[in-house]
Amino acid sequence: MLGREPAPRRALTLRGRAGVADRLGDPGLRLLTWLASGASMVLIALLVYKVFDQAGESISHFGLGFVTANVWNPVTRRFGAGSFIYGTAVSSLIALLIAGPMAIAIALFLTELAPLRVRRPVATLVELLAAIPSVVLGLWGIIVMAPFLNNTLEPALRSLLGWMPLFAGSASPFGLLPAILILTIMTVPIVAAVTREVFQTVPTELKESALALGSTRWEMVRMVILPYAKSGIVGASILGLGRALGEAIAVTQVIGDETGIHASLFAPADTLASRVASTYQGATSTLEISSLAYLSAILLVFALIANAIARLIVRRSTLRMRAAGPRPGLAVTVAEAQA
Amino acid sequence: MSTAGAAPPPPGAHPLLAGSPGLRRRKLVNRTMESTATLAALIAVAVLAIVIASVLIKGVSAINLDFFIKSPAPFGQSGGGIANSIVGTALLVAMASVLAVPVGILVGIHTSEFARPSVASSIRFALDILNGVPTIVTGIFVFGLLVVGHVQSGYAGAFALAIIMLPIVARSAHEVLSLVPSSLREASLALGVRRWRTVLTIVVPTAASGLVTGALLAVARVAGETAPLLFTSSIASNLVSTNPSQAFASIPVSIFTLSEEASPAAHAQAWAAALLLIFLVVLLNVLARSVFGRSQARIGRTR
Repeated sequence: MLGREPAPRRALTLRGRAGVADRLGDPGLRLLTWLASGASMVLIALLVYKVFDQAGESISHFGLGFVTANVWNPVTRRFGAGSFIYGTAVSSLIALLIAGPMAIAIALFLTELAPLRVRRPVATLVELLAAIPSVVLGLWGIIVMAPFLNNTLEPALRSLLGWMPLFAGSASPFGLLPAILILTIMTVPIVAAVTREVFQTVPTELKESALALGSTRWEMVRMVILPYAKSGIVGASILGLGRALGEAIAVTQVIGDETGIHASLFAPADTLASRVASTYQGATSTLEISSLAYLSAILLVFALIANAIARLIVRRSTLRMRAAGPRPGLAVTVAEAQA
Repeated sequence: MSTAGAAPPPPGAHPLLAGSPGLRRRKLVNRTMESTATLAALIAVAVLAIVIASVLIKGVSAINLDFFIKSPAPFGQSGGGIANSIVGTALLVAMASVLAVPVGILVGIHTSEFARPSVASSIRFALDILNGVPTIVTGIFVFGLLVVGHVQSGYAGAFALAIIMLPIVARSAHEVLSLVPSSLREASLALGVRRWRTVLTIVVPTAASGLVTGALLAVARVAGETAPLLFTSSIASNLVSTNPSQAFASIPVSIFTLSEEASPAAHAQAWAAALLLIFLVVLLNVLARSVFGRSQARIGRTR
């Protein structure tokens, strides 16, 4: 390889003129990839514009009052998003409240507790849970989970906690509670996968120092891992929230599609995404279709804010961790791709 | 990476810790939290098992040859299958892939090979945001763009699915292309090979299996999507159709409409369709993972 060998003949072509293909190739490929990126950016702008454009009729008709109005009546042609915003907020926040701690626990199990040969299969199973299509989960929710809730869980909750308005009222197979449980099942795997990647970047020296000082494993988790991974956990949770906010199909299958705000979790309700999905064939007027687009626009704003915040937090914390530890692998991308 | 080897010695046996105050309580708290974490993982796996078992048990009994080769029976009659949805899903996903995979890979090449870091990072941020757009909103967008004033069509459905695929393909392409060691690029450039040849003959082939993984994951994701199709390709004929200027039936939309019906026969068909869909999605995921495993090994060797 070194020095002595005569230079290969081909090297001479380096001095010669580049062929046509080579002269056009560089700017050509650069232009082609630039066009692809440019087209993607235009597509995003067009998406936002078109959703608001379709909502135009409803926006000029109802104005901002739409956001708080608690009505959806095609007969009187009065529409509003109030109860759907309430349903979206309550269902996805409670789902996240349950899913967050569970996901952190799963991530801890997968990075600290499980025997080495169990870790990979269990991690794969948890990620497969994220890959189950939402319509299948919704079908399972209607036929398997709803009767169980109606006959067993909701009566039990009412007799235990019925003094709280949340758990009062008659049991019903369709309502907020089944929607919350389905959303929990959907968000746990995403939050767990991203949290696990974050935990894996905690430097081993830090963990071993804590153990060497005599802390128990839990104390090490509480005093080293959780503080170190705090922002990553927050980012992962908001990513999960973003997914829960926008889920349309599985929610519409189990939530009961009812306009109105009830204190009870057992009562039928509706979310922004679910109302849009359930009205897909039933819209009777251009005003109703435009109001559906208005709901979508509100949902789009929520989702954009949640995602932007989550990405910024996750990016900042992975940048910091890239400096300290191994680089997060494709698993994060895969988990996020399914988010 | 693992701390399994660094577990503390049993504290009772340790002279320094033997007299530590509250040790019994601390050990108890530790034991409790460890069990809680293990329990959480068990619950997650159990939920997966319950869902898959329900789909298997209820789906298998409704699956027969007719299910695959016949169209849905007219209203009120029993029997029939979902051949139209199977063909529809295959065509929708194929058309969406033709649109999204080349563009997505080009975007990945742009962000990892050509763009300035600040530009690349803004593009990736925008793609992440696009990935976070609720799919029902994507459906409303395509409805406004292609369906209003026209009719629902296979083209519109495939376009909606392509929008969902694009950020997944582009992001994973970027990730695997940046895994290619820069020594390979530098070696090629040092030999006088032009940039575009280096990218197309050295970088892309090295990352090829990773690119395939990204595409497969994107396909797995959109094969199960219902929401973007409701407004773009849901009002479809019961007959098998291959004309993309009409709406295609699809497996997810069929499951959705069957699940909203009250008849047990419809539910049985919904379970069978769900079984088929889960089988498809899991197969694609397993395939993607095995392809990626091989590419990791390959990049490891070249390093």
